Amino acid sequence: MKIHSPPAHDAIILLIEDNEADARLVAEGLKESKIANRLVHVVDGDQALDYLHCRGDYAEAVQPDLIILDLNMPKMDGREFLEKIKDNLSFSDIPLVVLTTSNDELDIKHSYVNMANCFITKPLDFSKFVEVVQAIEHFWLKIAKIP
Amino acid sequence: MKKFNGTPAVILLVEDNEGDARLAAEALKDGKISNELHHVKDGVEAMQYLKQEGEFKDVPRPDVILLDLNMPRMDGREVLEAISEIPKLSHIPIIVLTTSESEIDIVKSYSLNANCYISKPVDFEQFVNVVQSIEHFWFSIVSLPDGITA
Repeated sequence: MKIHSPPAHDAIILLIEDNEADARLVAEGLKESKIANRLVHVVDGDQALDYLHCRGDYAEAVQPDLIILDLNMPKMDGREFLEKIKDNLSFSDIPLVVLTTSNDELDIKHSYVNMANCFITKPLDFSKFVEVVQAIEHFWLKIAKIP
Repeated sequence: MKKFNGTPAVILLVEDNEGDARLAAEALKDGKISNELHHVKDGVEAMQYLKQEGEFKDVPRPDVILLDLNMPRMDGREVLEAISEIPKLSHIPIIVLTTSESEIDIVKSYSLNANCYISKPVDFEQFVNVVQSIEHFWFSIVSLPDGITA
C-alpha cells in the first residue's frame, strides 16, 4: 500500500455505509480497480452531510466525484439523506449510486424519484459483491462522463 | 424490482442521426439481454411516445431512455426538463448519449436529473462497446423500478 497522498485528480468516492463488513468489501473492490481513486467512508447521513458541507471534522473535505449510498442506517438513513440533498443545487450534479440490501419496489421507486442516479441491490455472495463494486467503478468512472 | 429473464427490456432511443440509431440498434441486438428498441427522432416524438399520444397510443412504457442532446424541434435538454415535470415519468432512468463533451452540457444534464451522461465515441467499435456497457450495467447490475406499478 502506498502511504503518500494521492494526486489531486484521483476520483473521490464518498461511501455512506454503516456496515463495516460491506464498507471493507467496497474498499477492496475499489483498491483492485484500474482507476486511481480515493475512498472516503462515513457511517450515516448526518456525517455525509457534514462532509458535503465541509463542516466540523470535514472542514477540508474535497467534493466527491461519486457518492455510494446505503439505505438502512442509524440516525439519518439513506432515504432521508436523498430527500435532504435532492433540492440542493450544489450537489445535484454529483452522481449518486444507491447500494443496499433492499430490493423493495418502494425503495427502488423512491430512490429514482428522489434523484438517485441508479439503484443497485447488494448481492449476498462475496465475489459477486466485489464484481458489482467494480462494475460501478468501471461504468461511472470510465464509461460515463461526470462533471 | 423488474426482472428481465422472460420479458424483453424496453428501450426508448431518442436520436435524430440515422447512422447512430442504426449502430445503437445493432449493438443492442448483439447484447446478452433480450430487448425491444423503440426509436423516435426528436423530443416532440419522445414526449408523444412517453405520454402515449397519437400513433404511440399502444406503446409500452420504456424501462430506460437513451437520449441524444442535439436534435431539431425539441432537443434533449428540453426533454429532460419536460420529463422532470411529469411525476409518473420521473422514475424512468435517462441516459444521455451525445457527441457533446461540453462541461456545460454534462453539468446541466445531471442537474436536470439525467441518470447518466455518456459521450458517443467516434470510433465504430468503441461506440458498440459503450452501448453494450450501458446495456450490461443498466439491465444486469442495476435494479430498475417495475413500470407496472408506476
